[in-house]
Amino acid sequence: MRAMVYRGPYKVRVEEKDEPRVEHPNDAVVRVTCAAICGSDLHLYHGMMPDTRVGHTFGHEFVGVVEQVGPSVENLRVGDRVMVPFNIFCGSCFFCARGLYSNCHNVNPNATAVGGIYGYSHTTGGYDGGQAQYVRVPFADVGPSPVPDWLPDEDAVLMTDALATGYFGAQLADIAEGDTVVVLGAGPVGLFAARSAWLMGAGRVIVVDQLEHRLAKAREFAYAETRSYAEHDDIVVELKKATDGLGADRVIEAVGAEADGNLVQHVTAAKLKLQGGSPVALNWAIDAVRKGGTVSVMGAYGPLFSAVKFGDAMNKGLTIRTNQAPVKRQWPRLLEHVRNGYLTPSDIVTHRFPLEHIAEAYHVMSAKLDGCIKPLVVPA
Amino acid sequence: MTTPADDATPTHAPYTADRPPLRETPDQLRARIPGWGADLDPADRPSYPRERTDLPRARWNFPERQEQTSPRERSLEHLELTPVFGTAQPLTGVAGAIRRYSYERFSEGRAAHWLLLIAADRVESTAAHWRSLASTRPDDPLTETGVLSEAHRHPVASRRGRVDVRHQPLDVLVVAGPWVAAGLAAAVAVRAVVRRR
Repeated sequence: MRAMVYRGPYKVRVEEKDEPRVEHPNDAVVRVTCAAICGSDLHLYHGMMPDTRVGHTFGHEFVGVVEQVGPSVENLRVGDRVMVPFNIFCGSCFFCARGLYSNCHNVNPNATAVGGIYGYSHTTGGYDGGQAQYVRVPFADVGPSPVPDWLPDEDAVLMTDALATGYFGAQLADIAEGDTVVVLGAGPVGLFAARSAWLMGAGRVIVVDQLEHRLAKAREFAYAETRSYAEHDDIVVELKKATDGLGADRVIEAVGAEADGNLVQHVTAAKLKLQGGSPVALNWAIDAVRKGGTVSVMGAYGPLFSAVKFGDAMNKGLTIRTNQAPVKRQWPRLLEHVRNGYLTPSDIVTHRFPLEHIAEAYHVMSAKLDGCIKPLVVPA
Repeated sequence: MTTPADDATPTHAPYTADRPPLRETPDQLRARIPGWGADLDPADRPSYPRERTDLPRARWNFPERQEQTSPRERSLEHLELTPVFGTAQPLTGVAGAIRRYSYERFSEGRAAHWLLLIAADRVESTAAHWRSLASTRPDDPLTETGVLSEAHRHPVASRRGRVDVRHQPLDVLVVAGPWVAAGLAAAVAVRAVVRRR
């Protein structure tokens, strides 16, 4: 089969690989019809995530058609059109039994701190991902769900991570009616978090980024006020002024490991790999939220330490809420919102690349060229 | 009698108890934004409360174990191999030895664990590049980095006004640096051999 493979930092290509096979009785093999590149894939692409092996196939956002099922699979049949959550989870461990699907303890031998994720290095279990023609899907009776007939692939693929994560991030922020919510980062997750904040009763939503095309999308798609940190000497002061000196009630950090806006932080983390991630946005969140407020962290960071201003977080009495989104738990309610037109996933898709053009897709996404917000990858 | 200081006394938080007034009423927001307030009640939010035991579970108490056909590295913090695991890119070569040592010697809580894994990543990608030169499909930095797409992706307009332009030259250094260094090393080696003769 044809599959994207990692060749080293900033280098990817398409190669011929063996088709995946059923390795466990509850496995399925899915033929991918639509995949996406996530902002967090860029951390792998840039060589930031430990144990990213040459030959690895990335891709944790994908939908497709069931091609094979293992002997114990009962809930899926060959030919079913399925969406697959980015989390691999067993549905029965201590954590899954409590709804913490993203924290499953039975799928990732390489680490206990993170669950299993498709195509996201061996630190998340060593599973090849979905930027390929076929992918192995463990626990086929637990993770994937049939895609409703009314939902196109381009919407369904965003249910597998970006939309679910943004919606989950807004929930973690504990938004109450009338709250002022600041969202740091106007990428796909930030845009979906901003839009979701309204569903939870936000009184104001302010989105911060530096890219004008993304800020324009935040205004148009997420009905948000916007601020560009490239236009302000100190974005925290600007946010304090915008909130009458109080600070935002809730801040959602949707940037993660390669945050820009502080040269030293960015270079030491993203270029020299001396931190688990550049915590610029996280530090802005801590500074910009009001005392007693909540910071929801959706940005992905590596497992190494980062230079976080924890003293301020403690002194301000903040609640910091985090997790990878337990995607499947979001789906029933999310599907209602999509069907009602409250959330419109594919509105943020800007680019579509054939799998064979994967190097171009990663470069355009990484360098943020051509107004790119969300690129999809379509296998032949 | 008022003083200038009294005139400047603020009328709302954070210096007084009242919240700043809302800019739009709930009715205005509901009229402007599709679905405003649909999840106002936390009970309608699927991840509230965070931990719930009433959600659907798998039908097994513990899943069947995946067949293990070769040694599988695992975190020291795992008491046993997980019943299901990825089999992509098993440990191999020098990088594999570094990774195995990291997994066997250091827990996830130790920086050495992660730094060794990152070092192994660099060893592996460097070796892979050299090996590729002797293959039918050598690494091609031009096609594999996607830079050839710059020409038709508005490279100048896309970068105008961005703060990250300051450090983008470092990306070139990260990608091209090892190739330049390897080329220089090769040139020095060839020169040394020629001089010896």
